[in-house]
Amino acid sequence: MFETLTAKLGDVFERLKRRGALAEGDVDAALREVRVALLEADVALPVVKDFIAGVKLKAIGQEVIRSVSPGQMVVKIVHDHLIDTLGATAVEINLRAVPPVPILMVGLQGSGKTTTTAKLALRLTQRDKKKVLMASLDTRRPAAQEQLAVLGQQTGVVTLPIIAGQDPVAIARRAVEAGAREGYDVVLLDTAGRLAIDDELMAEAAAVRDATKPAETLLVADAMTGQDAVNLARAFNEKIGITGIVLTRVDGDARGGAALSMRAVTGRPIKLIGIGEKLDAIDVFHPDRIAGRILGMGDIVGLVEKAAETVEKEEAEKLARKAAKGEFDFDDMAAQLRQLRKMGGLSGVMGLLPGVGKIKKQMAEAKVDDRIVRRQEAIIGSMTKAERRDVRLLNGRRRRRIAKGSGTTVEEVNRLVKQYMEMGRMMKQVTKLGQKGVMRAGMASLFRR
Amino acid sequence: MNWFRRLTSGLARSSNRLVEGIARAVGRGGLDAAALEALEEALIAADLGPSVASRLIDGIRNRRFDKGADEVAVREALAEEIAAILAPVARPFAPDPARRPHVVLVVGVNGSGKTTTIGKLARALAADGRRIILAAGDTFRAAAVSQLRIWGERTGSRVVSGAEGADPAALAFEALQAARADGADVLMIDTAGRLHNKTDLMAELAKVVRVIKKLDPDAPHDVLLVLDATTGQNALAQVETFRSMVAVNGLVVTKLDGSARGGVLVAIAEKFALPVVAIGVGEGVEDLSAFSPAEFARSLLGLSPQI
Ligand SMILES: Nc1nc2c(ncn2[C@@H]2O[C@H](COP(=O)(O)OP(=O)(O)OP(=O)(O)O)[C@@H](O)[C@H]2O)c(=O)[nH]1
Ligand SMILES: Nc1nc2c(ncn2[C@@H]2O[C@H](COP(=O)(O)OP(=O)(O)OP(=O)(O)O)[C@@H](O)[C@H]2O)c(=O)[nH]1
Ligand SMILES: [Mg+2]
Ligand SMILES: [Mg+2]
Repeated sequence: MFETLTAKLGDVFERLKRRGALAEGDVDAALREVRVALLEADVALPVVKDFIAGVKLKAIGQEVIRSVSPGQMVVKIVHDHLIDTLGATAVEINLRAVPPVPILMVGLQGSGKTTTTAKLALRLTQRDKKKVLMASLDTRRPAAQEQLAVLGQQTGVVTLPIIAGQDPVAIARRAVEAGAREGYDVVLLDTAGRLAIDDELMAEAAAVRDATKPAETLLVADAMTGQDAVNLARAFNEKIGITGIVLTRVDGDARGGAALSMRAVTGRPIKLIGIGEKLDAIDVFHPDRIAGRILGMGDIVGLVEKAAETVEKEEAEKLARKAAKGEFDFDDMAAQLRQLRKMGGLSGVMGLLPGVGKIKKQMAEAKVDDRIVRRQEAIIGSMTKAERRDVRLLNGRRRRRIAKGSGTTVEEVNRLVKQYMEMGRMMKQVTKLGQKGVMRAGMASLFRR
Repeated sequence: MNWFRRLTSGLARSSNRLVEGIARAVGRGGLDAAALEALEEALIAADLGPSVASRLIDGIRNRRFDKGADEVAVREALAEEIAAILAPVARPFAPDPARRPHVVLVVGVNGSGKTTTIGKLARALAADGRRIILAAGDTFRAAAVSQLRIWGERTGSRVVSGAEGADPAALAFEALQAARADGADVLMIDTAGRLHNKTDLMAELAKVVRVIKKLDPDAPHDVLLVLDATTGQNALAQVETFRSMVAVNGLVVTKLDGSARGGVLVAIAEKFALPVVAIGVGEGVEDLSAFSPAEFARSLLGLSPQI
């Protein structure tokens, strides 16, 4: 689980100890590992097969660049092919139509359609200065229309007044008419969740499409989706016709293979991603980040941005100043540990670090996990104010007391003190790099044993 | 809608190779590589994950089949193996009638079907003559309270709710007090969806449990984790984290009426041995079934539910 693809491929090529052009046998052995990695990341089987075939064509006979290992070379080819397949550039929402431009949201039950409708409405309002109207065509789920109305209040986006008893097609027509009459730029149509195999409801969605001629029909799908991604994407595309995909819950820790599956079987771009429950938690799709996640290769950009997001700016600046003056104390360390947990814990952060296959392995062996972070916080919590300020006070007697108070061992206390010293030293060195550097160095030293 | 229709779709290609493989295999004992591969692919396509799939295939690799064995027989043999893995985790939901109330906390990631499942369970329990109280512990999502209220009306259950954005732990506490005062048999607490990797939201859930324990140290008597059958391998991480944070002791798998088969449950059963107390097979109040290992296993292999 912890091993990255790069590490696995390293092993494959280790055995072969070859140089020069990649031979078919080597490539096949490597691609077996790639296959498993993709399946573990929930890429659907038929898509995996096509993908592997595509990579094989590109890889055989490829010269291995001097400075890289054959394993790295294959990973590079796989990674590039993955980005090609995912779509190298971001594709914007298409608003080039006569206003009001209808946008239809469809997908399985609970995939995030209603939330995404509100997020998109807010984004179009704020970023693109559009006048947006939202309407819920969900007459099935309990309180679905009310849910969108509440989201409308929260975002300040107008929602179509609810008329009880109206069917989805009638509501859609009324929304587009109101949009035209009242000078709206965009009309967002939220629909009820439906199963790919539910012919009746798929026909209903097709009827809404025919009545409104949407400029975009967005399939909203969960990043945690498994093998069914191909079935659902194909069904929605064939029966309703989609123009793009929104991948939700990318803030989770799923590897996100569904993105590749859906893109591959529909040929439609992933236009947006949902990255939280809050209404501003929406972003354009970055293929390189998902590619790294699918392959388990980590994503430095993601790490840095995530860190930057989570850290209060002032806190980081304060930390940098203190580190520069050598005043980094245990309270600061505790703050860092809290930060680490906020970012999704060690496993979350580790998932984002590049080339951490080896560290992860070491961590797994050393059984470093989120519980340890909690124990470390408990240790600091058991120190007196004076001790937290001045590490020199921590003699043997005090360390024993702290261990007892925090329900840990003296060895753990000693290890924490060592990490603290290391952290202070590292932070001092990299203060020049600015806040992000401080954060990264601080975190990095936490992983060291 | 006929939820068994899906069983036969999508397997044609791998089926063919399997049939050819069996034809070659009969009499020689053991299936050939192509047949095994076709079977393995069927398992992977049902979300069992590459490692569980390959282990199951290893188990059947040297199995001898009778001369008359056809494709269905081979699939059935494999389905039986899987059903045997799942058998220990099939346990119906059975709140203790001696408790007043029996407290059930329902948790899971966003949109998995928690609120709907509570509605369905309430119906099943009410039909059994129990008095149910529902607590609207999702104080975050828009109209979550209204949604639960509608389920309360449908099932004749009282709903306890608080202000939007209120502390879910305080609401749970109040609801338990109300349920006691009412002499209710079962209290079901709905919670907001949360991704398991959000530490703060998981801590919020742990707090709900802590606060309930102040009133009844044995409560919650059941903590049900609701999993969406559409989810792939990430379901393993969900179970792992929710279990460690709030002592989950039962699972509900929803949306099994769709085209997803929920095969990750096999790995979950092996790793965590958590009972599957019910499955969701639709959006209606009656669309809840007991978990049948044999039926579930057969559906993973594209076989019709009955033998
Ligand atoms: N963490 C996270 N949660 C999300 C995201 N998008 C939606 N959600 C949550 O997912 C749950 C379901 O979202 P809805 O918008 O109601 O889903 P829906 O597709 O409209 O559901 P139905 O109408 O019942 O089919 C809610 O709890 C949302 O807050 C996301 O990107 N990240
Ligand atoms: N087809 C089908 N749909 C289901 C099933 N269970 C729930 N749903 C649907 O899935 C969607 C989400 O269900 P909810 O009960 O709101 O899910 P939740 O977990 O409470 O969602 P949040 O509170 O937003 O996290 C709704 O549209 C339900 O009707 C099921 O077994 N089959
Ligand atoms: Mg909705
Ligand atoms: Mg809910």
